[in-house]
Amino acid sequence: MTMMQTLYDKLWQNHAVYTEDDGMTALYIDRHLVHEVTSPQAFEGLKLAGRKPWRIGSIVATADHNTPTDHWEEGIKDPISRIQVETLDANIKAVGAKAYFPFKDLRQGIVHVIGPENGATLPGMTVVCGDSHTSTHGAFGCLAFGIGTSEVEHVMATQTLLAKKMKNMLVSVDGPIPAGVTAKDITLAVIGRIGTAGGTGYTIEFGGSAIRALSMEGRMTLCNMAIEAGARAGMVAVDQTTIDYLKGRPFAPSGEAWDRAVAYWRTLTSDPGAKFDRTVTIDAASIRPQVTWGTSPEMVVTIDDRVPDPDKEKDATKRDGMERALEYMGLEPNMPITEIRIDKVFIGSCTNSRIEDLRAAAVVVRGKRIAKSVKLALVVPGSGLIKVQAEKEGLDRIFTDAGFEWREPGCSMCLAMNADRLEPGERCASTSNRNFEGRQGAGGRTHLVSPAMAAAAAIAGHFVDVRQWR
Amino acid sequence: MEKFTVHKGLVVPLDRANVDTDAIIPKQFLKSIKRSGFGPNLFDAWRYLDVGEPGKPNEGRPLNPDFVLNKPQFRGASILLARENFGCGSSREHAPWALADYGFRAVIAPSYADIFFNNCFQNGLLPIVLKASEVDRLFNDVAVNLGFQLVIDLGEQTAAYADGSATFKFDVDGFRKYCLLNGLDDIGLTLRHADKIKAFEDKRKLEQPWLF
Repeated sequence: MTMMQTLYDKLWQNHAVYTEDDGMTALYIDRHLVHEVTSPQAFEGLKLAGRKPWRIGSIVATADHNTPTDHWEEGIKDPISRIQVETLDANIKAVGAKAYFPFKDLRQGIVHVIGPENGATLPGMTVVCGDSHTSTHGAFGCLAFGIGTSEVEHVMATQTLLAKKMKNMLVSVDGPIPAGVTAKDITLAVIGRIGTAGGTGYTIEFGGSAIRALSMEGRMTLCNMAIEAGARAGMVAVDQTTIDYLKGRPFAPSGEAWDRAVAYWRTLTSDPGAKFDRTVTIDAASIRPQVTWGTSPEMVVTIDDRVPDPDKEKDATKRDGMERALEYMGLEPNMPITEIRIDKVFIGSCTNSRIEDLRAAAVVVRGKRIAKSVKLALVVPGSGLIKVQAEKEGLDRIFTDAGFEWREPGCSMCLAMNADRLEPGERCASTSNRNFEGRQGAGGRTHLVSPAMAAAAAIAGHFVDVRQWR
Repeated sequence: MEKFTVHKGLVVPLDRANVDTDAIIPKQFLKSIKRSGFGPNLFDAWRYLDVGEPGKPNEGRPLNPDFVLNKPQFRGASILLARENFGCGSSREHAPWALADYGFRAVIAPSYADIFFNNCFQNGLLPIVLKASEVDRLFNDVAVNLGFQLVIDLGEQTAAYADGSATFKFDVDGFRKYCLLNGLDDIGLTLRHADKIKAFEDKRKLEQPWLF
């Protein structure tokens, strides 16, 4: 009798080359995404050891973290950033790749945006990248996770990664998704429920009727933040939505190979009755727009709630963390979330920079102006192709007419490795994934929200409930 | 990679949960294309009162006297005592590079984020998981015993008080332990299975040719 398998079980079994007695397994890696920040030391290590990459056809590379989002004609002004990007250019030139989308290329963009949009991410793959948000690609029924630079080198040299199997967690979200609630709110609500370490040691499969109702963009947002719940990999089973998204993408198969691939991809679901080590069930109807108030993504409440009071927390370590977070964030306990005023707005990142995100923000912004107190409101598309598409739809004009800046693609103010950043004490409504201290600039204060919520905050100058937006 | 067999060292307590890798080494230092030199910028935003930048000399920068690494009694510490979910967030291996470059050989915490945990082993840095109650006890004992030291024996999988008054056992993956004890880089070990990888790949090309 065949054991009922989860999607993760199937993907694991399908990639296990060999397993040692202690369970350490060499997983075959199908797709290796590479960017400029976490790869130079790996390329150097390979060279020093006199090793060649095992299969360059697995490598898809781009420069995204350090690239500026304006004045591209001036190149990269920061000399240290420029060296890092030029080092990637040189490494790819020396070693080769299936595809490289360098700085200024039309198809350049955030690595987790360009993989799927080019069909370089396909169901059933193992996808790795020296970047924790690689979990994004799990939206396609992939086993996708972030790795360190030594592991980047290991994958380049051996086409495998050494890993032990994680446990299975099912997060099931069921029922109709209320208006004004997005994939971002679902993922933040999940993190609020299970905590930033709730998924540690697990691979999370997101299932249930609410997840099946999400577009691929929404599923990518969801899986992107699995790592913020501690899970290295998040995934969604393949269905017609997945297959429709992939058809005709440049690196997706075509003709007879497409039919064969689709037949296989349709098997990439958890078997009915497959065993999960932990199941979390959430009623979609209970989810409201989310806003983080602290310095960890689990420090999250709903828009109609208040900043929590540490005095009500019994656990001493947690209470200390809350007090420290409130001090860093410059917030008082019990303050209504809607009274928090913001200085900057960032719409972008591998979490929320896709066309659907930009459309959702544009709907809120259309015909309005950003508040006078908002110093800067940025829209940074995830890739050059998304930028072109958005301009075709006139979204850029909606944003610029409202006072937003319309920028070139890249990671931008999600982690502020380029010039886009918060100044000390500045408060930002951000569609990115991390509200850690200093993440968007030393001393900067980040509130994570959905694109529609960020857009509404830009107009109002403070957080507002997008469900009541008119 | 530097071997790890037995290490005796001073313990410094970092009493915060969910310490993320952005805090361990802020993003501006990730622009380096080298593996070394991150130690002076370990915990940069907490350790200094000004904002650090790559290329800016660290000597003479104003230190935050309240940050535990700056307290005189913890100078030269080589074992970091931490709380749950240490190393969460970004996959940057610069975090263990910075910890190792500063002089840490081991971290002790009740739990770690998975990517950080794996990255440590690649850099001769031993991440030890102890029970929450044992970690609590260590925090208490470090607080009241000036110069508190531990002896970590990887072979025996023990962390013992230097005065012999207590010993804690810890688990470690057999393969990771073997690599650390012998200072082996795992690429060489994996490549001993190159024929298996090649055979697997050839089969895969037939079954799922669209992946190649």
